[in-house]
Amino acid sequence: MRTIPATRRDVLTGATALGAATLLRLETAQATPASLEAAIRDVVGEAPLKEGRVKLAIPPLVENGNTVPLDVEVDSLMTAADHVRTIHVFNEKNPQPNVISVKLGPRAGRARFTTRFRLADTQTVVAVAELSDGTFHTARANVIVTIAACVEELG
Amino acid sequence: MARPIINVPAKARRGQVIEIKTLVSHVMETGYRHTETGERVPRDIITEFVCVYNDEEIFRATLSPAVAANPFITFHTLATESGKLTFRWTGDNGFSETGTATIEVE
Repeated sequence: MRTIPATRRDVLTGATALGAATLLRLETAQATPASLEAAIRDVVGEAPLKEGRVKLAIPPLVENGNTVPLDVEVDSLMTAADHVRTIHVFNEKNPQPNVISVKLGPRAGRARFTTRFRLADTQTVVAVAELSDGTFHTARANVIVTIAACVEELG
Repeated sequence: MARPIINVPAKARRGQVIEIKTLVSHVMETGYRHTETGERVPRDIITEFVCVYNDEEIFRATLSPAVAANPFITFHTLATESGKLTFRWTGDNGFSETGTATIEVE
């Protein structure tokens, strides 16, 4: 019978790899400030983010994280020459950093949308708007959540 | 399945900015929840929502599991001409739902 040679080094290398894999899984299980920044960079690239012009309205204190009202408005004339192209919303601590991305145009008349979303924890929410001149504007909001979404078990 | 709820003003002046409200029933299962026995509940969400006004796309949203169950989305558009607005939601497991509304523009 042949045995698989297992030296001390093999075992240690295996253990390290396993450890790294576990760490990696832990990292991907929750959106972190780093993954939030990465998700934002996916959209804006190297472009600078300017504060202002974006109004992100979320209640500062939310009892139920399963349905949180979200209202984003960008100060724009919405003309063919000057309008909002896209608005993206990100979060810091849900399992994924993305919430919703919307595509608008001068036909929108008004750069505003609302929806309801989930928050797994007390955290920061970020809105990023891409304007027709290629600039990016941003706003942040801090939300305190009493009952978290996403993590509960099914009854 | 319950029909989507769509709210579009029946009449508008030409050039007026109108608000459109939509709600579609869907569980929006995140894929991050587990049953009591520890099994992961597979993801089942709406991933895309599109609104077309007389053959022209006026609004599109890409949704993630963070959007709450029964996605409710409101947005705006310019009332340009009388006609039809078509709304389409698509998602995991071949989910597809459409709705329409008509508008009269004076």
